[in-house]
Amino acid sequence: MTAADRSMALALRGLNKLAGSDVLDRVGLRKPVERAVYRGTKSSVRAAGAASRTFSAATKLGGPKRLVPRTDRGLFDLQPDDEQQMLREAFSDFAARVIRPAAGGADIATAAPKELLDQAAELGLTMLGVPEDLGGAVSERSAVTTVLIAEALAHGDMGIAVAALSPAAVGTSLSLWGDADQQARYLPALVGDDAPAAALAILEPQPLFDPFALRTTAADGVLNGTKSLVPRAAEAELFVVAAGEQLYLLESGAEGVFIEADPAMGVRAAATGRLLLQDAQAQPLGTPEDYREAVHRARLAWCAVTVGTAQAVLDYVIPYVNDRVAFGEPISHRQSVAFAVSNIAIEVEGMRLATYRAASLADQGKPFGRATALARQLCVTKGMFIGSEGLQLLGGHGYTREYPVERWYRDLRAAGVMEGGLLV
Amino acid sequence: MPINLETPRKFRPLVEQAHTVAAEVLRPISRRYDAPMQHAYPKELDMLASLIDGMNDSGGTGGAGAAGVRRTEAGGENRNGSNLSTVLSIMEMCWGDVGLLLSMPRQGLGNSAIASVADDEQLARFAGKWAAMAITEPEAGSDSASIRTTAVLDGDEYVLNGEKIYVTAGERAELVVVWATLDRARGRAAIKSFVVERSNPGMKLIRLEDKLGIRASDTAAFSLEDCRVPKENLLGSPDIDSKQGFAGAMQTFDNTRPLVAAMAVGLTRACLEETRDQLAKAGIELDADRPVALQPAAAAELLDMEADYEAARLLTMSAAWMADNGRPNSLQASLAKAKAGRTCVDVALRCVALCGATGYGETLLLEKWARDAKILDIFEGTQQIQLLIIARQLLGKTSAELR
Repeated sequence: MTAADRSMALALRGLNKLAGSDVLDRVGLRKPVERAVYRGTKSSVRAAGAASRTFSAATKLGGPKRLVPRTDRGLFDLQPDDEQQMLREAFSDFAARVIRPAAGGADIATAAPKELLDQAAELGLTMLGVPEDLGGAVSERSAVTTVLIAEALAHGDMGIAVAALSPAAVGTSLSLWGDADQQARYLPALVGDDAPAAALAILEPQPLFDPFALRTTAADGVLNGTKSLVPRAAEAELFVVAAGEQLYLLESGAEGVFIEADPAMGVRAAATGRLLLQDAQAQPLGTPEDYREAVHRARLAWCAVTVGTAQAVLDYVIPYVNDRVAFGEPISHRQSVAFAVSNIAIEVEGMRLATYRAASLADQGKPFGRATALARQLCVTKGMFIGSEGLQLLGGHGYTREYPVERWYRDLRAAGVMEGGLLV
Repeated sequence: MPINLETPRKFRPLVEQAHTVAAEVLRPISRRYDAPMQHAYPKELDMLASLIDGMNDSGGTGGAGAAGVRRTEAGGENRNGSNLSTVLSIMEMCWGDVGLLLSMPRQGLGNSAIASVADDEQLARFAGKWAAMAITEPEAGSDSASIRTTAVLDGDEYVLNGEKIYVTAGERAELVVVWATLDRARGRAAIKSFVVERSNPGMKLIRLEDKLGIRASDTAAFSLEDCRVPKENLLGSPDIDSKQGFAGAMQTFDNTRPLVAAMAVGLTRACLEETRDQLAKAGIELDADRPVALQPAAAAELLDMEADYEAARLLTMSAAWMADNGRPNSLQASLAKAKAGRTCVDVALRCVALCGATGYGETLLLEKWARDAKILDIFEGTQQIQLLIIARQLLGKTSAELR
């Protein structure tokens, strides 16, 4: 079975299961609301990190496995390859049928439904950045593929997409920068059945946060500091943490690891938490250069989800302004309304192309930091413009929770804030 | 074939060649043809035009100028053809000078119109000639469906009457592609384009415009008085109700808008490079890895402008790529034109301000680029027209519903 066949099989198996299961009925509002009550009572309590399982190496490897960079055929091309196309369609379908209907409830509950996350894992999300030899689904590294999938998921809901992609960020970190022992110890569990939640923690709570001037310190692998807005922090069993000038692997059960709820304006379904580290023992992962690359890859992933959500705004406002009648005709017949739609379309396409370009450079093994900075700048400024302008088109409706646009408005602010959490 | 948004390897020599021409030939004469010589023909361009013809004929790499925008059929392997190579070389040339590019013999927008809609016989007949484009009239600019110039069939000839303004390179070109209506009562379907020899006695030059920028390029006004052209010079189908009517004529824009977007992209890059250099001299450098809020304000502004430039550039390349691959690109062409047009004006004006007196003065070319820039958000469809086109397509509205 080729890598393509395999991930296709995984994707199709997941979808097939989904279609036949009653998961859609179960991810309604009742459960998330119950959870919200539960979380509300516990959010002010500081808890120890989730009890982590014992990670042990299944097989010893001669050396670390790396995904090979894709080859540059030298032609400009915007057409995803067959595998990417198939994956994008599968995850778009999942986003439309499963994620979008669950989004409102998950936002209130500040958690994505567990069944949904299990389904997403079954679709092979964690495996996409992991080599076949270690149980992953791919032989070729592709940031573009991850971008396409993240975009598709976030079209359903950014918060749920972040929750679903969070363990993949750790899997990808390990396969990109882990040594043989680290890969053998952690990767099989991450890509296996009943995979643990895991998270990449870079962001810290101080204003003007700079990932290259971290306050979290690391002395001989002993971490001290605070990480903010870490996806699924309370249930994560394994963290990749930025400290000093590089990344560290940290098990949640280690001494000195504490978790606080850290809900935010948006991406609430990602169940963001604070990770408080007090003399927590961790092991280095990769080099300072690898960390720099991790920051770029994380920024790119946030670009991808921002593009997905911005596209969701565009797709939503088009029928809305056509249906909404004022002064005797659809409001879309007014240039002030129609031009707002045009401007959203222009900017979302620019954001998308800049993001694809940076990801494609990453896949070609070329420097992509600068291209990423440009994509990020577009996603931060135009993404928020789209969130605000989209809501404006709905007027008072947009301001109520009856419509999803206020959520997208909150979510789209994340692009300018987030560092880490996701990885392409 | 993986997604790749880099300049295709096979076009890199062409891009480098165009860049050298822009740096060595266009930039040095930029000032000369901006003010003192604004209506003089830049003789330096004749030699250059032959060079570009050579680039066009060298095969494989596709065209270097506006003539290279003929569409190909959809389907099959990914193609990087003449639409893409043309926008890439135009970006380089306009990094040099937009006005001079517009004065480049045989690279007029009329050539694009011919390349886009002419049949093979016409293509052969008009090959190697410089063609300007005449659409706008004193009473009809953006509203090109309401043009008043008429064309009446008389024997084997059409007789044209009317007035045309804002004809870029109209004085210097050998041919002018004139838009006229066969029947004003029958609306846009009756609008056709006609190739008129510049030497035709029925077409009289009224004046040349005195402009804010692109002064190296002549902008002509003509009157057409019983101007007789052979009926074989009608481009496309002569049938009024055929789909080759106004829609066909408008299709030209799908090919030419990415070219104008490319001009804007090239000018934007010129501004950004100059400003980056000037700011570096002032001790301001952008560190793309650090958060924007921690950059000096000028560096943050540079990043913001570079980001818009990147979006405009990639939108332009994608619109051209779609044309190369036979995909409908009307929407993409307008996305590119709208974004690139407004970006070049915005960036050029911000760059002048960032560079202060040096930016505003005539020692550098920044102030000239800021004047040149504005036309790029106006001709081939203003910003507002692009937004209308985009909105109508996305919202599924007719021009009667969304006016």
